[in-house]
Amino acid sequence: MRGFRYIALAGLLATGIYSLPAQQAPVKLPGTVRPKPHPTPSSPLAASMARGQRVYKNVCLTCHQADGGGVPNMNPPLIKTDYVLGDKKRLVGIVLRGLKGPNEIEGETYTQNMPAQAYLTDLNIADVLTYVRNSFGNKASAVTPAEVHALRDAPAAGQ
Amino acid sequence: MNSFSLRLPLGAAAIAGSLLLYASRPTAPRLAPDPDNAGLKLPAGFGALKVAETGGKARHLVVMPNGLIYVKLNSAKDGKGIVVLKPGADGRATVAGGFGSYGGTGIATQGGYLYASSDVAVYRYKLDGQDQVTNQSQPELVVHGLKKENEHESKSIALDPTGNLYVNVGAYSNACQEKDRERGSKGMPNCPILDSAGGIWQFKTDRLGQREQDGTRYATGLRNVVGLDWNKQDNKLFVMQHGRDQLHDNWPALYGDKESALLPAECLYELSAGANAGWPYVYYDQQKKQLMQGPEYGGDGKTPAKGNYLKPAAAYPGHMAPNGLLFYTGSMFPAKYRNGAFIAFHGSWNRAPEPQAGYFVVFQPFKDGQPSGQWEVFADNFAGSAAKAASGRADHRPCGLAQGPDGSLYVSDDSKGTIYRIMYNAK
Repeated sequence: MRGFRYIALAGLLATGIYSLPAQQAPVKLPGTVRPKPHPTPSSPLAASMARGQRVYKNVCLTCHQADGGGVPNMNPPLIKTDYVLGDKKRLVGIVLRGLKGPNEIEGETYTQNMPAQAYLTDLNIADVLTYVRNSFGNKASAVTPAEVHALRDAPAAGQ
Repeated sequence: MNSFSLRLPLGAAAIAGSLLLYASRPTAPRLAPDPDNAGLKLPAGFGALKVAETGGKARHLVVMPNGLIYVKLNSAKDGKGIVVLKPGADGRATVAGGFGSYGGTGIATQGGYLYASSDVAVYRYKLDGQDQVTNQSQPELVVHGLKKENEHESKSIALDPTGNLYVNVGAYSNACQEKDRERGSKGMPNCPILDSAGGIWQFKTDRLGQREQDGTRYATGLRNVVGLDWNKQDNKLFVMQHGRDQLHDNWPALYGDKESALLPAECLYELSAGANAGWPYVYYDQQKKQLMQGPEYGGDGKTPAKGNYLKPAAAYPGHMAPNGLLFYTGSMFPAKYRNGAFIAFHGSWNRAPEPQAGYFVVFQPFKDGQPSGQWEVFADNFAGSAAKAASGRADHRPCGLAQGPDGSLYVSDDSKGTIYRIMYNAK
């Protein structure tokens, strides 16, 4: 992880731009951040949000859509639902192990299975869930890599 | 049929005027379209009106010879999964009850029966002389036990003129991966899903209580079909396949997200008994005009398909979700539309982060029972605006198509439940 950060920073200094095409990179800087005197966001939360936005775009956006609203009848919305704002353990578990449909949320049924995303790093998952819990009108506490790590090898919760 | 109810009240005093107005088409009633054509963009000479609001997710529909409309809802509303719309003199219709406690998609009519499907069964209802269902609570069970998992669960239906019923049993998977939709997961060898899904099953209309295994697997290798119709010129079943999703998401090293937004094609197939369209092993690339090997089965975006599979009769850009197919046999529309196909594209989700597309009805010209010439967008702006289409937050989403007795084209919307009627009004 440290090694990658070093490479990313070096690339950033060398080019002055933020375009990072790699798909599997565990840490990425956002393409949407305005140029600032300091290349890294000021607070740890902002930094996590910015990394999480990149993960969201690469992994989640196709199904859950740019606005987090999901797809009617198929993929659930991430906006103001208990799944996102409630128990963090359940939420982390869904990312690690997927979620079998159909699921009923706010009276609507969503049928598609969510695939497991266990190939993401603890930091990737913490960042993207922090991003989702604080985007699209959501506001909830951050998720830490340690919280993800603790659940990675845990038996599947009763979902 | 509507012409009688409209023309009888016309008094003698109006006849002179109406003779002038209707001189070129004396038998066609002139229905006024909505001032804004129900919000739709149509070719010159066409108009549209909103027939009714069903208030449910209106999937497929049929219009009877007397103008009565039956609409199948995705899920039952107030315990009724089929809505009955009674026609009025102005071309619109009013909700006149409903029946069938199950949600579903398919509905079709032939030989004095109305057929309707849930996601696991097909029922039929006897019609009386006025095309009314008499035994609303006691349909006959034609087929049951159809395979249903968490994907592609709708069972669309079509009928041929010789007593056969065709039912889509969609594959409960995107591409038959070992782990559905997981990045990099390989395809299962000899895809086991195809035994009971991923194809069209054929049943007898007059045999009750058939199970899926009592039917014939008429065609296989079809991921999911929602729009299908029997072509009476060609005497063949045509189906629209929903092509696979997520080439980029699952194989980012092989496909960019722009490529993945366009590929693979949504395909129109002409089926014969025993046809195999190749899902999940292959997909159709409409730019290369070639069947390609799927990445789950050793493909890399450049390798042509191994094996001999049915080629599409026509192909359309990816992910637009063709949910309705109708061969137009009416005489209201200009001659070029006769025997051609209308296709309702429900609209995409799997093009993100590229702009979404679809949310329109396409016309595909046909000649002698085969696609002939370039398709064109016929009815557009169901979404409400270009921005709403691009974001996927469409106001309305076209799903089912039906032809009225006068040749009007009816379109159902499974987002808000609006029923549209498109008419040709030029002389």
